[in-house]
Amino acid sequence: MARMKFICDANRCIECNGCVTACKNANEVPWGVNRRRVVTLNDGEPGERSISVACMHCSDAPCMAVCPVDCFTRSEDGVVLHDKDQCIGCGYCLYACPFGAPQFPQAGAFGARGKMDKCTFCQGGPGKGSEEAQYEKYGQNRIAAGKLPLCAEMCSTKALLAGDGDVIANIFRERVTVRGKGAEVIGWATAYGTPRGGAAPAAGTEGKK
Amino acid sequence: MMSVPRTLGAVVAALLFAVGLSACEEKKVTRYEAGKYSGAPVTSPWDSPQYGGKQAEWEAAVQARTQGQNDYTRIPAK
Repeated sequence: MARMKFICDANRCIECNGCVTACKNANEVPWGVNRRRVVTLNDGEPGERSISVACMHCSDAPCMAVCPVDCFTRSEDGVVLHDKDQCIGCGYCLYACPFGAPQFPQAGAFGARGKMDKCTFCQGGPGKGSEEAQYEKYGQNRIAAGKLPLCAEMCSTKALLAGDGDVIANIFRERVTVRGKGAEVIGWATAYGTPRGGAAPAAGTEGKK
Repeated sequence: MMSVPRTLGAVVAALLFAVGLSACEEKKVTRYEAGKYSGAPVTSPWDSPQYGGKQAEWEAAVQARTQGQNDYTRIPAK
């Protein structure tokens, strides 16, 4: 059984925000809410790193532990989902989450907080309803169509990987092996490796592809 | 045979001892237990019109799609 996870390869992420835009557009996420964000460390300095962050669908999710109305559950493929019909918008999950994944739309004119919204791994949400109603509440259900979350599928550098944790861990492991270096080195050859069966790129050609 | 005041004293001393011991009781620990999910049931991803409950078929499709993210296998070595 697949256990769905995200991995973001900080050596490949180019901070294009394509994942953020794709998610926002595909799921028609409410104003003021971003289910996914790109965080950049040491912005503008040599060696800056960017990483795309959303709900990590934790195996032992703190949001699930603190929810006073127990509206969180985990699907059979390991995705943390919440029932918006049960959510009271208290915000405990926001304080508990180390990734800042739960987001709250503004619900009224006086800043009243709406029901929590977060990444669903493009798996829709609990309950059965009309397709339109489910879409309005939770967004697309790509997983049921045998697809992966749109943010990862449209990542241009394939920095963001989604899918069965074992498979994407193997993909990431292969990358690290091909790079043959630690994460402290930056550049094209580090991110994408040297051509297999070919010679290493000549000095000075790095980054010119 | 003990006199009445001595018996009374012994009883009081025993009571004080018992009360004193109770102060050494371990601090109560609140045990948090996971709550029971209160929302609507989650449909399995393979229970969709496209896969009609065929779990193996769905898993194979998702595995293939996940593996498709590996650019080292998508672009064969020269």
